[in-house]
Amino acid sequence: MRTISVTEITDQIKEMCIEANHFLSGDMKKALDDAVGTEVAPLGRQILEQLQENLKIAGEDSIPICQDTGMAVVFLEVGQEIHFEGGSIEDAVNEGVRRGYVDGYLRKSVVKDPLIRENTRDNTPAIIHYSIVPGDRVRITVAPKGFGSENMSRVFMLKPADGIEGVKNAILTAVKDAGPNACPPMVVGVGIGGTFEKCALMAKQALTRPVDQRSEIPYVRELEEELLEKINRTGIGPGGLGGSTTAMAVNINTYATHIAGLPVAVNICCHVNRHAVRVI
Amino acid sequence: MDKYINVPLSDEDARSLKSGDYVYLTGTIYTARDAAHKRMYEALERGEELPLDMKHNVIYYMGPSPAREGRPIGSAGPTTASRMDKYAPTLLDLGLKGMIGKGKRSQAVKDAIVRNGAVYFAAVGGAGALLSKSIIASEVIAYDDLGTEAIRRLKVKDFPVIVVIDAKGEDLYANAIKEYCRE
Repeated sequence: MRTISVTEITDQIKEMCIEANHFLSGDMKKALDDAVGTEVAPLGRQILEQLQENLKIAGEDSIPICQDTGMAVVFLEVGQEIHFEGGSIEDAVNEGVRRGYVDGYLRKSVVKDPLIRENTRDNTPAIIHYSIVPGDRVRITVAPKGFGSENMSRVFMLKPADGIEGVKNAILTAVKDAGPNACPPMVVGVGIGGTFEKCALMAKQALTRPVDQRSEIPYVRELEEELLEKINRTGIGPGGLGGSTTAMAVNINTYATHIAGLPVAVNICCHVNRHAVRVI
Repeated sequence: MDKYINVPLSDEDARSLKSGDYVYLTGTIYTARDAAHKRMYEALERGEELPLDMKHNVIYYMGPSPAREGRPIGSAGPTTASRMDKYAPTLLDLGLKGMIGKGKRSQAVKDAIVRNGAVYFAAVGGAGALLSKSIIASEVIAYDDLGTEAIRRLKVKDFPVIVVIDAKGEDLYANAIKEYCRE
């Protein structure tokens, strides 16, 4: 048994909210640099260069990469040997988000009720996903999610007979419908299988996988590569203004499903695919 | 083609801009996004005055992150324009000359753009830190209680935008995608 004070979780989450909104992970930066070299459209290249400049300014001048600093999505993978002390873990996470967004000059984009729509003014509550894992460590992922791309995400409850072609069509449909609204070049997170909610969660988790890391399952890896190529042939391009860089990666996660179903979720993320990861 | 244009936008300037032009805007523009549009729309329904005159003005669909001390504004990139499609034709018919956002517009908005000789510009989505450098002053002029969604008057200098839909109804999103499509 290992004891961890919830105040440590609060402190970490605060820092991670600020870090994720000012610095992209190395794999995202490299994907953007690579895209500048391969983009065929002159305006597309100009936009990609502006995105590189934007990242530089964000880091050097402490200005969030995007004004939509997102709703804070937090994954907590908790080792089963851990005992938390000092209060509720949920309150501790939300306190970290509150401090990060208030002290870090991040935008408060959360309304308390979906229809009454009054801003909570501190960006809480977070969306928290817990999982219990072996061991005595806590792995925290903070992934602030902007809603320009979130709004273009889809769940398709396909039939088994739709097969892999149905899956490809669903993903391409979601990407084409998103077009310029989702701030391309995008990262496309996909969940295939499970249930209605499981496939959506897998799609979200897939976005936190580095964009240069392909699936370990051979057919899924092939599917990721084929879809990336197909998406980059749509012509949507950087900013949706035409070109060959519409997506930087397609990350697919899969899970067992029911004999009657083939759920597919497509969670689209813009080029500001933010995630900070820490293990304590 | 690169162009340098003053805002508010004159009828002549608006009609001179072509879909695909890269434009640097200098002058005064106003921010408004979802909640401010809803309020303005409801004010019009009640027969009340709007907090700003639409004539020749440009609205930037944007809600900034908070400014650090000594700076005019925080991160300041465009939000998705289609969420304002319900309200935009009414504002265009009242004289609104330009809109800055990102993403596709409805046919009703395109028709109102053509009818009024207006322009829809895109700023680069997700480049809020870079775009903030072209904003030299910011002041809340209405709906302060809406926080980031309040209406702000911005002074901009060489603010970079691209003409997506011009006064003739040409749409860069549709045309450019066709040009680069390899399916």
